[in-house]
Parts: sequence; C-alpha cells; structure tokens
Amino acid sequence: MPRVFIPTMLQPLTEGVQEVEFEAANVRQVVQGLEERFPGIGQWLVEDGRIKPNLAVAIDGETTSMGLLAKVGPDSEVHFIPAIAGGGE
Amino acid sequence: MAVTTVSTVEEKPKYKVVGTRPIRHDGLEKVTGQARYSADINLPGMLHGKVLRSPHAHAVIKSIDTSRALALPGVEAVMTSADLPQPSGRVADLGEGAMMNPKFLSNNTLASGKALYKGHAVAAVAAVSQHVAEEALSLIDVEYEVLPPVLNALDAMKEGAPILHERLFTADNPFVRPGGLRDDADPEGGSNVASRFVFEMGDLEKGFAEADVVVEREFRTKAVHQGYIEPHSATAMWNRDGHVTIWCSSQGQFAMRDQSALILDIPLSQIKVIPLEIGGGFGGKTLVYLEPVAAWLSKKTGRPVKVSMSRQEVFEGTGPTSGSFMKVKMGATKDGRITATTASLIYEAGAFPGSPINPGVQCMFGPYDIANGRVEGYDVVINTQKTAAYRAPGAPAAAYAAESVIDELAEKLNIDPIDFRVRNVAKEGTRRLTGPVFPKIGHLETLEAAKNHPHWNAPLEGPNRGRGIAAGFWFNGSGPSSATASVSQDGTVILVEGSPDIGGTRAAVAMQMAEVLGIPAEDVHPSVGDTDSIGFTSTTGGSSVAFKTGWASYEAAQDIKGQMIERVAYIWDVSAEDVELTHGVFHHKSDPELRFTFKELAGLLLETGGPIVGRAAVNPEGVGSAIAVHIADVEVDPETGKTEVLRYTALQDVGKAVHPSYVEGQIQGGAVQGIGWALNEEYFFDEEGRMTNSSFLDYRMPTSLDLPMIDTVLVEVPNPGHPFGVRGVGEVPIVPPMAAIANAIKAATGVRMTNLPMSPGEVLKSLWDDEEGKNAG
Repeated sequence: MPRVFIPTMLQPLTEGVQEVEFEAANVRQVVQGLEERFPGIGQWLVEDGRIKPNLAVAIDGETTSMGLLAKVGPDSEVHFIPAIAGGGE
Repeated sequence: MAVTTVSTVEEKPKYKVVGTRPIRHDGLEKVTGQARYSADINLPGMLHGKVLRSPHAHAVIKSIDTSRALALPGVEAVMTSADLPQPSGRVADLGEGAMMNPKFLSNNTLASGKALYKGHAVAAVAAVSQHVAEEALSLIDVEYEVLPPVLNALDAMKEGAPILHERLFTADNPFVRPGGLRDDADPEGGSNVASRFVFEMGDLEKGFAEADVVVEREFRTKAVHQGYIEPHSATAMWNRDGHVTIWCSSQGQFAMRDQSALILDIPLSQIKVIPLEIGGGFGGKTLVYLEPVAAWLSKKTGRPVKVSMSRQEVFEGTGPTSGSFMKVKMGATKDGRITATTASLIYEAGAFPGSPINPGVQCMFGPYDIANGRVEGYDVVINTQKTAAYRAPGAPAAAYAAESVIDELAEKLNIDPIDFRVRNVAKEGTRRLTGPVFPKIGHLETLEAAKNHPHWNAPLEGPNRGRGIAAGFWFNGSGPSSATASVSQDGTVILVEGSPDIGGTRAAVAMQMAEVLGIPAEDVHPSVGDTDSIGFTSTTGGSSVAFKTGWASYEAAQDIKGQMIERVAYIWDVSAEDVELTHGVFHHKSDPELRFTFKELAGLLLETGGPIVGRAAVNPEGVGSAIAVHIADVEVDPETGKTEVLRYTALQDVGKAVHPSYVEGQIQGGAVQGIGWALNEEYFFDEEGRMTNSSFLDYRMPTSLDLPMIDTVLVEVPNPGHPFGVRGVGEVPIVPPMAAIANAIKAATGVRMTNLPMSPGEVLKSLWDDEEGKNAG
C-alpha cells in the first residue's frame, strides 16, 4: 500500500500521526483517504478541485505535474510539500 | 582554462551532437550588435514613458495632482494606480502553478494608498520625448504623509514595529496560501510576518544527545541584485480592437502576458507578448514592472509607448534577492557523523510577501543525510524593494550558513572537510529533511572529483592564505513547454520554441533535436516564439529549459522522424517498420540500395505529400537535482581587510552536458555572481531607507580583472529522468561560493565570518573583534 506522509504542520490535525498507509491509485484517492481518516485535512490540500497552487505533490521523490490525477503505485511514497518556483539562469 | 570532464558512466552513449561544442546559433547577431533587445524597439508615432518614484521608503500617498503635468505641451497621458482596476487580495493561480497575490502585483507596479519603498512607482507619463516626459514627472504633485520605515526583518518582527500592510495576516502554515489579506470584517491587526512554517524529522533530543560536538552560529546576509546588464524596457501598442501587443525582454513571454492581463483586467487572449533578446535575467525578469504601464498609456493615447528604466531605477525599482538572518545548530559524533541539526531562517521579502524562504529552507541541508532535523522559515515584509527571484532563489544564503557550520564541525573534529561531507553525503534513496527521498544525484561523485582534483591537492603557501570548500544543492525545475519544427526543402529544420534564451539554451535545445534527426546542430535554426505563435511555455527559470524545452524539442524531433519514415515508406512502397533513421540517413533494414539522406528526403517532401511539421507539448517529470562543490583559495590583507581570490575551482554534477561550453559558462557565471555576493555586493540604505549605492560604480560587482579564471569540472551523472540524461545546470553554481570563501577566510585568518558581504571593512572588524576576544570563532 502507498505510504502517505503527513507534513509537520498538519500533524496537529492527525494527533501526531506522521505517516499512514492505505489503498490509493492516484492522488485524488490519497486526499480522499486522508480526509476519511482525518476529517478536515483535505481543505488544507485541495482548493477548487485542484491541489493548492502553493503546494507540490512528490511521489517517490519526484514532484508530479499531474496534481490529483497523478498515479500512485502500490509501494509509492506520497509527500505534500510547498511548491518551489525557479529562479532563472 | 583548465577544464576536466569526469564521467561516471561506464559506457558513454555515442552521441553525435549532444556533448559537442558548435557555435551558438545566435552568436553572429549578438557579437555584431544586430540582435534586438527590449529598448531597441522603435515604432512610428511612438511616445516615451517615464515613471515617477517615491522618494520615501514608507509614506501614505494622500493625494496625486497630475494637472500641471498634463498641461505641459507634449505630454499625452498621465496615469496612477487609480487608473488600474484594484484586484482582490486573494492569492491567484496565474496558471501552471505560478501563484501570486494580484493586489500586491498591481500595487508593486503602481503604488496604491502607500509607497512602501524608496523607488516605488507612483505615477507614469507618456510624452513626445523622454525629456518632456522627465520634465512632466517634476510637475506631478504628490502629497505624502511620511511614516517611519522598517528596514530589516528583525526590527519588522518586533512588537510595535511600523506595519506595512494593515490587513496582512501571518500564514503560519505552508498549507495556507501565503501573502493573504484578512477579510474586512476581521478585527485583527496586520503583521509584517507574511508566513512561517516548519519542517521536522526524527528525534532532535536524541540526535543532539548523541553528538560529541555541537556548533551553533548566527548569520546575516544583505539584499543583492541580479545585476543583469540590460535594464527593463517595455513597448506596447493597444489597438482599437482592444488587442494589445507588448514587446519586452523577460524570462517568460507567457508570464508577462498573464501578469499584464491580471493587472489590466483584460482577457489574456487580448495580449500578445513578443519576446526580444534578454540581456540577463537571473530570476529578476520574471515579474512585470513596466509592461502594464506601457499598455495602459498606449490605450490612453492610441499610440505606441515605450518605457525604459535607468540603472538607478533597476536598482531601486526592481527586485533584488532577500537579506536574511539565520541561526543554525548542528551536532556530530567524533567519527564525523551529523546526528542532528536545527535552523531558523528569516528572509526579508521587501515591500510585499514572497521571499524565497521556501526553497531556502528546503535546500539548506539538501546535500546531506541527516536523520534528525528541524528547520523553520519566516517571510517578513520590510520597506525595501519587493524581492524577486535570483538564481537558485533562497539557497545561497541558506548554504552559506549550513556549510559554514559544517566546516566548523569538521575543523573541531579534525576531519578533512571533504571526508566529513562524504561521511554524511546524500545519495539515491536518502530521505531529505523535507520528507521525499532523493532519486539519483551526484554529490558523492562530485566530492570525489574534488578530493582528486589538483587544486585540492596543491600546496597553498604564504601568509594569510587559506583554502575553503563548500557544497550546494538546488532542486532544478520543470514545467509545461512547447516546440514546433518544420522541415525545409534544403534539409534544415526551423525550430520554434517557447523558452526565452538566457544561457545559450537555443543551442542546447536545437542540439537535442539535431541528435534525434542525425543532422548537424547548425542545420536546426531555433527561434523563440511569441505568445500567439507557440504553445504555452513556462518561464525560463529553475534551470529548466535544457531539460523541459530540450525534451519538447526531442519529442518534436521524434514526431518529424516518424512522419519522415512514413514518407519514405510511401515513396519506396514498403512498410514503415522496415525503415529506420541512422545518423541522418533513412535506409531500408534489409535492402542497402534503398537509402535517403535527410537532405535528399527533405527536398522531396512537397511533391510527395506536402511539408512535414513536428510538434510537441510536454510537462515532463523526472527532474534531476543539482549538486555543486566549490574550492576557493584566498589571501586576506590584514592591513586593509581585502580578500583576493587566488584560485577557484567549481565542480558540478551536470547530468549530461549538452553543450559543454555553455555549461562551463553557466558554472563560471554563477560562481562569479556568488563571489560578488560573498565579498562585495549589498544594498546599502541610509536611515530613511534610501539606497545609497544605486549605480554599478558604487554597487561593486566583480569583473574579469578582479578574479582568476574559474576552473570548471563537469561531473556527468546522467539524470535517468531525461532522454539524454540532462540536469539543469544554471542555478546551483551560485550556491556554494559564499561558504567556500568564508571557509577559506577562516583558514587564512582563523576568524569565522558570519556576515555578508565579507567586504574589507567587515573583515577588518572581525579581525579586530577576534583580537579583542569578541569573536568566538
């Protein structure tokens, strides 16, 4: 099952739980699974049906550009982290 | 120049084009002065715009009377923020993940209600000549109520500090959109702290308990400017049908379009942005300043309007990067294993929220495997220019602090600084402090290259000399990108891409197309399309272009290749599966008589079914992060405090260098900018918040006369996420220099430098403090 990591500053919503595992095939299902376990957490991650623009989702160490549609594998790690804007060359 | 290329690939792919050094496609135009930059645009009937800027760092704008200016013969229009729609304070997604508070963006373009820094644009005029426009500025009557400014983050965070934005709330969570304003009904007062957040991993108490040595330090850095040689300029023509064309140089024509549309409150489809050559950006040309102003003035007058900045305006009216205050604590065992670290980073955002605190925090300990850590970040507004991105934004200051402490730990433990880093090196599978694990990165390979480099092993003799080393990390970026390419009858390919070319990316992108098609790089003619001519392409930033637009070019070439194979099969009346393209020759797999060169086939296209156009639109994942390790030798004059860089070597994991000369150029440029940041550069303000060194004479950037040749070592650890193994290379070389030089100064003098810039005065002060026992280094 995918491992979903709870960001430090959302852990008050999970009573300190740092990591959960549950079945999910994409990020949308990850968010739904989090919301089922920790009601209210979804509003911190999703807005207007999309991952908040200031957030990034990293799956297996790689930031995905697919948002809620991104596929999650059975052994994947999923992280929600602040998005990074680049600086230029 | 001594350049060593090190490859970790046991068997190198046999590329024909990638990895070679062709002459850049735009080279002739640039060296002969024919290339057109933003200020080179001149249109019939064009008016000249000028911007009036606040003389105060913090003031209420009580009134603006433009009547005297408008009455001046030759003045065609005057505008203030009252002429612009005032967007909401809710942070908006400008598309593709670029978020921005539209109100702040608009109010930075033209101040509304308050002037928040000296140089803040307050009004603008359009006139028949620059001289008339300048005279008109002096006739605009602005009544200010001057307020006390707050000029650094620590002061801004104090109780009772002057508040810049009365409705700004502190987003104390990364999951709250930063830079937001309170609802009108909310009775809470404003804050200068726009956001605060924390990353934490492991058990800090246990980690520090295991440490045999703990180092704790505070660091300060000053705001520095990107120092691009081309000042901002924008020309706009607003047509009667409501469509506006904007000519400007930027790091993203689509970003300029979208931001202008937001400020002007018109559909983005009504704006066409034509990108011109860019004379440097380094992150500083990702925001609009003049574009909406020129557009509105054109709308008002019905004539094209050009607005250009002077150098002083660039310094005082555009965004440098943040100054910072940082605390770092780190512990390690006797055998050189880091057991725990904590850090607190406070970054100055300037007048509006949005410092690069996030990437600073996330990059700070990126190169290392640290099980127990906590990093917190603060984004704080102050009465200085709104900061903009600057090459690996946020990472250099953070690395300065982290790598200085690491150096001190290694010294206290009497461990070679490279060996200490190797013992703690992050590699594939290492979990970052921010959570995710690393894909393949080349830190270990780069450290080993440094360890084996002649520079590291050369004796450094003489008094007051020292050698320092530091590492740096940058994520690298990606994003949506588009490319189209058409095959000409003469066998060349016309490539249109969406990424403005800052660092030689035309060549790097064209070469990836040439590699697929098996033709010389010179046979691909790249150009940068305007917003009506090419699909959306995200900004040239994040060291992303060789990766993402290179990938688009690769895919467009594959599209061409597929179509041409189909065409060959049609001509030969064979199955396409029997045709392949090898080194620019289409041939039948089993009949050696059947062959076409790329050029031969190109000449037949129009009569065998028509032209062939390849296209690709991508948003690739698999970005490979970047690691750099720099070695610096310095000599410090104890009488004057001047630091001379004697020798400098920059080693970097570059994935696969598409055009090694441009990769070397990026590394050298980044290193030199970092050295300037380390030794000379700073925004210097008087007590009223006026920048007192807003010229290149007084804002001292290093020149070729100041520095030795920067030696480069390209460590090629291919990125498995890209067809050719490409990693972004442009930003990470600015990350290590400050710490490398600080560590070298420590080796030379015995004094730990904790404030940037390490100017002669700062060095002397530290030396004297050390003599008096004030410096604990």
